[in-house]
Amino acid sequence: MLARRAASEGPRWTRAVRAPSIPSPWVGRQGSQMLKEKYQEEIDEIISRYPVKRSALIPLLYLAQRDEGFISEAAMKEIAGLLRLTPPQVYETATFYTMLNLKRVGKFHLQVCKSLMCALAGSDTVIGWVKTKLGIGPGETTSDGLFSLSAVECLAACGTAPMMQVNEDYYERLTEERFDRILADLKRDGTCSLKTGPFMWPEPVAVKGET
Amino acid sequence: MPKHELILLKNMMQLGYTGSLQDYERAGGYQALRKVVGKVPPADVTAMVMKSGLRGRGGAGFPTGVKWGFLPKGYQGPRYLCCNADESEPGTFKDRQLIERDPHQILEGIVLACYAIGAETAYIYIRGEFVLGARILEQAIAEARTAGYIGTNILGAGITANVWVHRGAGAYICGEETALLESLEGKRGLPRVKPPFPATHGLYNKPTVVNNIETLANLPHIVGRGPEWFASIGSPPKSTGTRVFCVSGHVNEPGNYEVPMGITFRELIYEHAGGMRSDKPLKAFIPGGASAPFLTANHLDVKLDFESVAAAGSMLGSGGVTVMEEGTDMVWAALRLMEFFYHESCGKCSPCREGSSWLVQTMRRIVAKRGRMEDLETLVDLCKNIEGRTVCAFGDASVAPIMSTLKHWRAEYVTLIQEAEAANLIKLEPAGRH
Ligand SMILES: Cc1cc2nc3c(=O)[nH]c(=O)nc-3n(C[C@H](O)[C@H](O)[C@H](O)COP(=O)(O)O)c2cc1C
Ligand code: SF4
Ligand code: FES
Repeated sequence: MLARRAASEGPRWTRAVRAPSIPSPWVGRQGSQMLKEKYQEEIDEIISRYPVKRSALIPLLYLAQRDEGFISEAAMKEIAGLLRLTPPQVYETATFYTMLNLKRVGKFHLQVCKSLMCALAGSDTVIGWVKTKLGIGPGETTSDGLFSLSAVECLAACGTAPMMQVNEDYYERLTEERFDRILADLKRDGTCSLKTGPFMWPEPVAVKGET
Repeated sequence: MPKHELILLKNMMQLGYTGSLQDYERAGGYQALRKVVGKVPPADVTAMVMKSGLRGRGGAGFPTGVKWGFLPKGYQGPRYLCCNADESEPGTFKDRQLIERDPHQILEGIVLACYAIGAETAYIYIRGEFVLGARILEQAIAEARTAGYIGTNILGAGITANVWVHRGAGAYICGEETALLESLEGKRGLPRVKPPFPATHGLYNKPTVVNNIETLANLPHIVGRGPEWFASIGSPPKSTGTRVFCVSGHVNEPGNYEVPMGITFRELIYEHAGGMRSDKPLKAFIPGGASAPFLTANHLDVKLDFESVAAAGSMLGSGGVTVMEEGTDMVWAALRLMEFFYHESCGKCSPCREGSSWLVQTMRRIVAKRGRMEDLETLVDLCKNIEGRTVCAFGDASVAPIMSTLKHWRAEYVTLIQEAEAANLIKLEPAGRH
C-alpha cells in the first residue's frame, strides 16, 4: 500500500487519519541526528532562505524523502528538532501534501493523470495498461517493489494527454507502444529518453514562427 | 491564419532558443530592468502597470497595478512578492511552458515587480511536480545573480531583490493565494479568511503581493515598450494584452496559443487549434479551466475577454480551454471534475468539505444508473448551499461543472435517471416485490 494514495481513496483532508502512523509527541523528541550529520550544509542553506524557520519544513521533508525514499517517523522528529517545532506540527503539514510519502513506494512511481482533460484523451485506458501489464491498480505496488501506480489529478500537461509522471519525469502523448517502451527502458536502464524536456507545445517549427 | 504579434511566446518560438541568459539578452532581455532601476521612481513603474490595463492571469483577473496600490504606503519593514507558479487548475499548462522555455522573462518581471512594490524578497511558489521547472528556474536565478540582475545592489543601483524557488508538494488549493502563503510558511495549505487581505497581512503577516507567473512575464514588455502600446492590444479598455490560452480535449492540435484578447472561441479552436479532431461537431467547451462553467456550441462566437465570457455565464479564469465533441457524456464529464474538487477540498469549511462529498456520491449514483428524479433537486440544493458560503473561491468553483451541465444538458441527467428507473421496474417485477 502507498502513502500517496489514489485520488479515489478519499479527500485530502482525511489523509492525516489515514496515514500509517502518528508520531508520539513525547517519545524521543530529539530523534536521530541522521539528516543533520549527512546534510548539515544543505540544511543550513535551506533555512537561511527564510526569515521564519518553519518555512523550511517542506523543503526539509523533501530532503528526507530524497534520502530514504519516504519520510520516516524518525526523520519527522529530527526535522521538528531542527526547526524548533513539535512532531505533530511536522506531521500535520506532512500529511496534507500528496507528494510527501509517509510509506515506501515502488522504485518507479507511475502517476497517471485521471482528470477530465486527460480522460477525454483516454487516461482510463492507460490505467488499464498498467493493470494488464504490471498487474497493479491505483494504490498498489508490484511484488518486486519496482512499480507503484497512483491515479492523480491534473499535472498541467492536458494538451499532451494522456500523460503520466514517473518519479521526477513527465511522459506525455502516451500510446501503447510508447508506454511499453517506457516500462522496458525503466526496468533496464532506470530511465527513458521519451521523457519530456523543457516543455513547449506545439513545438516551434520554422514555418510556424509567426502564427 | 490571422497574423498578430507574439509577446510572451515570441522568444521561444525562435528555433534554437534555449532560454539561457545569453539567448534572452540577445533577444533584448533585461533592457526594461536597465531602463528603470535607479532611474525611474518605483511609483512610476506601478503607474505604468496601472495604465497598461494589465489584469491578473491567475484566475480572478484583478488589475495588477491596482493590487500593488493596496500595499500600505510608507510602511517600514519587509514586504514580499510571491509568484504563483502552482498551476494546478485542470486544463491549464501555460505557466509550465513560460517557466521551462523562457525563465529569464519571468525573472525580469519578478525583479521589476519587486522594484515597484519595494520588496527585497520574492518567492516563486512552484507546484512540486514541476521538478524540471524548478531546476530551470534555480539555474536561471544563479545566472541572473552572477550578471547582477538579482541579489544585492542590482545593476549597481543599490537595490536589493532576492529570488527563491519554493516547491509545493502536491495540493491544488495551494494555488489560492492565502493557502499559498500558509503553505510557504510551512503549514497545511488552508486558505485564510479574508479580510485582512495579503496586501496588508500576507506572508509572515507582512504586506505581500501574490501574482501569477504569466502576469509577471508581461511586465518587461509593458515597461520596455510602454503602457500605451500594451493598452492598445487586445480588447481595450478592460482586457488588454495577449493571453496564452491552453487548448485541450477533442481538437486536432491541442497546445498553448498566444492570442490578443478579444478574438472569438471559434477562431481559437478552429484556426489556431486545428479544429475538431474528427467529423463530430463541437458539443461543449470549458472556457477557463475546471472552475469555469461549461459553455455550448452556441457560445462559439463569444469573445475571449474577461467581460464577454462573464456575460455568457462563465469566466475566462486561468485560460484553459477544453473542447468536447458531440457524443461526450456531459454527466460523466461533470462527475470527473467533481471528483477532482472532492479530492482537493482542503476541509476547512463545512459547506465545501461535506457538500463536495455529497455531490460526488449523488453524481456517482446517477452515472451508475441508480439515480432518482429527486437527486436533481438534491444536486441543486447542495450547490446553492455551497456557492457563496465558503472561506475561499474554491467552493464556488466546485459547483460550476454540475450547475452548468444541469443548465445546458439537463436532458442527459434525466435520461440516465429514467433508464435507472426503468431498469429498476424490470428488476423488481419478476421478484414480486412492491
Ligand atoms: C482554488 C483556487 C486555485 C487557484 N489556483 C491558482 C493557480 O494555480 N495559479 C495561479 O496563478 N492562481 C491561482 N488562483 C488565483 C490566486 O488566488 C490569485 O488570484 C492569483 O495568483 C493572483 O495573481 P494574479 O493577480 O496575477 O492573477 C487560484 C484561486 C483559487 C480560489
Ligand atoms: S471552500 Fe473548500 S477549499 Fe476553500 S477553504 Fe473551504 S473547504 Fe477549503
Ligand atoms: S488533465 Fe491530465 S494533465 Fe491536466
